[in-house]
Amino acid sequence: MAVDRSEIEKLAVLARIEMTDEAAEQVASSISDVLKLVDQLQAADTDGVAPMAHPMDAVQRLRLDEVSESDQREKFQAIAPATENGLYLVPKVID
Amino acid sequence: MHNKTIAELIQGLRNKEFTSRELTQHYLDRIERLDSNYNSFITVTKDSALAQADAADQRLAAGEAPDLCGIPIAHKDIFCTDGVRTSCGSKMLENFVPPYNATVVENYLAQGAVMLGKTNMDEFAMGSSNETSYFGAVKNPWNTDCVPGGSSGGSAACVAAQLAPAATATDTGGSIRQPAALCGLTGLKPTYGRVSRWGMIAFASSLDQAGPMTRTAEDAAIMLNAMASFDSKDSTCIEHDVPDYTAELNNSLDGLTIGVPAEYFGEGLNPAIATAVNAAIETYKKLGATIKEITLPHTDLSVPAYYVIAPAECSANLSRFDGVRYGHRCEDPKDLNDLYCRSRAEGFGDEVKRRILVGAYALSSGYYDAYYSKAQKVRRLIKQDFVDAFDPAKAGVDIILGPTTPDPAFAFGAKSADPVAMYLEDIYTIATNLAGLPAMSLPCGLIESENGELPVGLQLIGNYFDEARLLNVAHQFQQVTDFHQHTPPGIA
Repeated sequence: MAVDRSEIEKLAVLARIEMTDEAAEQVASSISDVLKLVDQLQAADTDGVAPMAHPMDAVQRLRLDEVSESDQREKFQAIAPATENGLYLVPKVID
Repeated sequence: MHNKTIAELIQGLRNKEFTSRELTQHYLDRIERLDSNYNSFITVTKDSALAQADAADQRLAAGEAPDLCGIPIAHKDIFCTDGVRTSCGSKMLENFVPPYNATVVENYLAQGAVMLGKTNMDEFAMGSSNETSYFGAVKNPWNTDCVPGGSSGGSAACVAAQLAPAATATDTGGSIRQPAALCGLTGLKPTYGRVSRWGMIAFASSLDQAGPMTRTAEDAAIMLNAMASFDSKDSTCIEHDVPDYTAELNNSLDGLTIGVPAEYFGEGLNPAIATAVNAAIETYKKLGATIKEITLPHTDLSVPAYYVIAPAECSANLSRFDGVRYGHRCEDPKDLNDLYCRSRAEGFGDEVKRRILVGAYALSSGYYDAYYSKAQKVRRLIKQDFVDAFDPAKAGVDIILGPTTPDPAFAFGAKSADPVAMYLEDIYTIATNLAGLPAMSLPCGLIESENGELPVGLQLIGNYFDEARLLNVAHQFQQVTDFHQHTPPGIA
């Protein structure tokens, strides 16, 4: 299946990636090539086949609901672009 | 010293032929003198390497040191290293200094191994040529006009150029085996869940697996002994005993059955590679193995299934790079959405963006069943092909053998403008990631190509958790051949 520029622009919004019109045009063409490749899947007979998410069909391990980590806020926030009083700073969201 | 294997270096340290400090300094000097030719390192950790070497020398002098104590190694820049920049080959993480170590890094530190530095790679491990790295392409030591393969191209180039005796790497669709093949090395991708993914920056979580890049199968076994562990911090790690992977290296191959899939020798395979792989089959017959033709009928669907599943998982995994908690943030965002959109547009390169968008498409409402769900069903069919091949009631083989790649190393730019041509480079490696099986590549020849004399990779695929046998089968080949001892021109 081919995708056009407007579809790429929609996806770019969903994926939170700013994109110029020119870039979207280029990306549309290369992604259409990728989708042509993956369209080969449609010919496969998968009736009655269960989707596979883990190679050994393992399920999530559970653990007791106990505290296992110590407070490392300062260490983690030391590498953040902007923090104040233990909070991550972003542009104002609500006026 | 740099032409020795890890097994030899371990003996050298114990026989006091050299100290870890001398060994480490020797490799650091080589990196400083030669790496401008290859660009295989993003970061060299000279001071901490020498401090680790001194600590290792003390441990060695006290006796009872683990195998890798004092052995210098390099880590792919995808493994988080406490206090050492971990870029994942991306502008997004150009200045990211993790506050913790990946479990793989921790496991080697516990052994007393010395970290020389962090190796270059395709951005977020997305690529088969190392051309997508924000830090520039890595050059193949066999011909510096050629790619080293990817995504673990820096790990491959530094070991091939003997700037490190071994390196860690990761393999999501062939990123250990393909660069190992293109650089004439031995590379092992273990069973999915054998090695902890904790602290390994995620690309496609149901496929990603770490493994070693070395010059011999014996070295790969020594490296895997330290690397493999059960880790409760990785929710998909499998609880399975870690054997001594060196214990079975010398087993005879008498009675071994090797399956050769017809699909791996079809159209698209370079004839010179087919010749080299066929010669390897003859070698195995002489070693006592029985060769059996098998079929893996869904092979053709592995690349299409992968390019739905891997981008889908990547689009989810890479959503964490938002410019808020760490990583690149744009200048003067006008609102929160602008912060996200511009930070990600500036931080990610073209291939990463392409895969995020393909993933977002495959997961979007209305397309989920046609793409993502369909690919996951095909994934089970691909796995079943292998299960049938190993099943004693069906084909009943012990090992599957074929080429690692359809072509030897190619020139820079040869495939970078055509993503689909680049994706097909991994046609023989991807199916084992989808199935979760262990596989390795080892050198099986040198061929004349338009880019000069280049190495060829032989791929061996094993059953789940059968790494010891895989290493045994590779080691026996290396006992009667010398392809793994060939070095790139100018390296000796």
